[in-house]
Amino acid sequence: MGRAAKITRRTLLVGSAAIAGGVIFGYWKYKQPYNNPLLANLKDGEASLTPYVRIDQQGITIITPRAEMGQGVHTTLAALVAEELDVDLAAINVEHGPASSAYFNSALLEEGVPFKPTDHGRMAEGVREFMRVPAKFLGLQLTGGSTSVPDGFVKMRTAGAAARQTLLMAAATKLNVEVASLRTHDGAVISADGSVLPYTELASVAADIEPPAEPELKPRSEWRLLGKSLPRVDVVAKSTGTAEYAIDVELPGMVYATIRRNPRLGGSMNGYDASAAEKMTGVKKIVEFTDGVAVVATNTWYAIKAADAIEFDWGKVEYPSSTAEIYAQFEACFDDKYEDSQARDDGDIEAALIEADVLDVEYRAPFLAHATMEPMNAVALLQDGRLDIWAGNQFPTQVKIDGETLTGIEQDNIHVHTTYMGGGFGRRAEIDFVRQAIEIAQQMPGTPVKLTWTREEDMTHDVYRPAAIARFRGAVADGKPSAFDLRLATLSVVESQMGRYDLPVGGPDLSIVQSAWEQPYAIPNYRVTGYRVPAMLPVGFWRSVGASQNGFFHESMIDELAYAAEADPLEMRLAIVSHEPSRKVIEAVADLSSWGAPLPAGHGRGVAFVYSFGVPVAEVIEVASSDAGIRIVKVWVAADVGTALDPRNIEAQLQSGVNFGLAAAMQGEITLEDGKVQQTNFHNYDSIRMNQAPPIEVRVLENGAKIRGVGEPGTPPAAAALANAIFAATGERIRELPLNKHVRFA
Amino acid sequence: MKLKVNGTDYELEVQPDMPLLWALRDELNIKGPKFGCGIAMCGACTVHINGRPVRSCSFPVSAVSGEVTTIEGLGTPDAMHAVQEAWVEHQVAQCGYCQSGQIMSATALLNQKPDPTDAEIDQFMSGNLCRCGTYPRIRAAIKAASSRLQEG
Repeated sequence: MGRAAKITRRTLLVGSAAIAGGVIFGYWKYKQPYNNPLLANLKDGEASLTPYVRIDQQGITIITPRAEMGQGVHTTLAALVAEELDVDLAAINVEHGPASSAYFNSALLEEGVPFKPTDHGRMAEGVREFMRVPAKFLGLQLTGGSTSVPDGFVKMRTAGAAARQTLLMAAATKLNVEVASLRTHDGAVISADGSVLPYTELASVAADIEPPAEPELKPRSEWRLLGKSLPRVDVVAKSTGTAEYAIDVELPGMVYATIRRNPRLGGSMNGYDASAAEKMTGVKKIVEFTDGVAVVATNTWYAIKAADAIEFDWGKVEYPSSTAEIYAQFEACFDDKYEDSQARDDGDIEAALIEADVLDVEYRAPFLAHATMEPMNAVALLQDGRLDIWAGNQFPTQVKIDGETLTGIEQDNIHVHTTYMGGGFGRRAEIDFVRQAIEIAQQMPGTPVKLTWTREEDMTHDVYRPAAIARFRGAVADGKPSAFDLRLATLSVVESQMGRYDLPVGGPDLSIVQSAWEQPYAIPNYRVTGYRVPAMLPVGFWRSVGASQNGFFHESMIDELAYAAEADPLEMRLAIVSHEPSRKVIEAVADLSSWGAPLPAGHGRGVAFVYSFGVPVAEVIEVASSDAGIRIVKVWVAADVGTALDPRNIEAQLQSGVNFGLAAAMQGEITLEDGKVQQTNFHNYDSIRMNQAPPIEVRVLENGAKIRGVGEPGTPPAAAALANAIFAATGERIRELPLNKHVRFA
Repeated sequence: MKLKVNGTDYELEVQPDMPLLWALRDELNIKGPKFGCGIAMCGACTVHINGRPVRSCSFPVSAVSGEVTTIEGLGTPDAMHAVQEAWVEHQVAQCGYCQSGQIMSATALLNQKPDPTDAEIDQFMSGNLCRCGTYPRIRAAIKAASSRLQEG
């Protein structure tokens, strides 16, 4: 073991989701395969050849064990299996499947290593490879970090190929011929004499054959499905109101619940008076759970009305109770005592700043809510020692763990039914709402309970994108940045979330400096320091995580230096970019947008480039400034995903990421007073709407070294590109989000 | 009270101030209209009453006079309405949660204005939020449906 264990132990300590101890056991466990969870519930005549494929007389089902929350992952992951299995996507079923560690996410921890993601040297790749060991040891079935495609790219094609080989062997046995004389086509084995044996009829024979461990995969030149724009497997259901979200699950005898918790996040409940609520129409029961009260009724509306009628005495909280006090605490953390990382320190920044004409500025970004369209909800049924849970969730294995902790029921008797999600954006990697549904169901055994949060509960009990303050000093020489010193203070989302799951964490949280320390720019004196603000209100993963605020900070600062250097902002980025695929996306967005062409009066253009989740993305935004305010005229995007599996879906994800970033940049802000979140619904936490949504033109490149996921990388450049465009149009440099604190949007 | 939804007559015993949305979802098990905000700010609950769009989360069930149409009554997976076909053709949906409401609003728009301008689309559709930001494809699908219905 020697070297292997040493490297593993070190990466465990430095990884941003590191695991303390258990290294040798972890490696041993890594060698043990997880059982195929589909084998537990097979009926006669059914076969499950891998954890991803189930075949019976009725048809073929592909398990796509990552949360479908809009990013199209079911279609793309199913296509990976279907490509090798040789079946038509329209002819198969696609399911989330059961919660199981067999579906662990091996890509999740790979970028938690202290190597720049653009570094593909032997050492960096070797350490990333070893991060698969703890990933497997933990067995986390978690969707996040734009990892679904990189995680599934080889293993799901392998699953399809192994299943196909097994079916070929089954047909050979049945026909008493050589495997080599057979081929497959469209869900069937075809023999030399032309007879057709559908996979569904081979299932029972195939079930007794050991699938090959390392089947050969098709070369890209032979792909039929991958690389093409495929119709989404969920698009008809989602266009006809027939797609089932957890909020739509209906079971016989079901009751409907809603909850109230302390509006001060994490605060206690001193007492409550439900005497009026108990008598109200439709109310069946009022029950307590860990940190609040649930009303159970015959209709969600009756539950909500009764909850409104309960009088509560809520406790205070320890954390600073107003936005101003919170920012004061952030300011106090620019101190060595709170230093979390200094992952980049090129040249001699202090010396470089002594002589120079220094730009010295501060930027801010606010707390943000996820505000998924579907409020948090879950269904739970506890009956005869069995727990069933229906929930849109990004973390099914954790649902089982928490289910066991709460009820004492063994995980084998806990069944997680993951539904479609009305948005996730990181919010559904939390399972607070699932725990609550279980606690209510525990008090009503045998009765299925559906818990639905109101929008107000959802908005005020989120795990927020943390606010952040950035302090920057920079200088230019010869038309380029000569010094770039960025200090970032924010809360640790890894510490906050992993703490809620009792998962140990160690080492720095690189999400504090994500998309700041590893940007592929060559600046001779370049330093990025992260300061960790001590935990206060709960914070969580919000689409693109640290890159969501750091993309705005870093790329606004680069823009400021370009103007200080009297350089064209896009040309200057090309002059300092140090990574070839990144250079090409900047060139591509210049070409796509005809950068440099004359603009109408009052118009201005901004550019931003951010490397996040392994994907370089460049965006150009054009705005028009008039008496009515700022209007976004158009957005151009170029991104490099390494290998593009579904171009139309990649376009959709980049457009989605841009709009998500613009919505927050224009108006998103969560503030606190008396410890309570002040925004409660879409009237005071609005999003971008049709009248403000710009056309977004996308170009996808494939020069990157690895295949990458694209659910998040479209978001980080949007705020900076917009702020930079507003500067170009108006001369006003806005260093604080949301932008509508300083300009009006038309 | 009586309620006619998608051509079927129902008898309901609920409080008169119950929003139509909760009567549809929890009493009649019609789950196409979605709960998003409860204050008519997001449009996920949009249905038609006599062909006109209504935010069912904020419309008392006792105030309904006429026939209610939900997304289920517009078309089915095997027999989609032209607007739903355009939604599929343009692959609009991502998470899909708001799309029932978007489609009901778009259908109401096209009933009133068969060939809407961009400004008319903006005005009519701005009551429907989409956190996935599918707006470019919603716009394209509305235009495609408009052409199809006019050729009709």
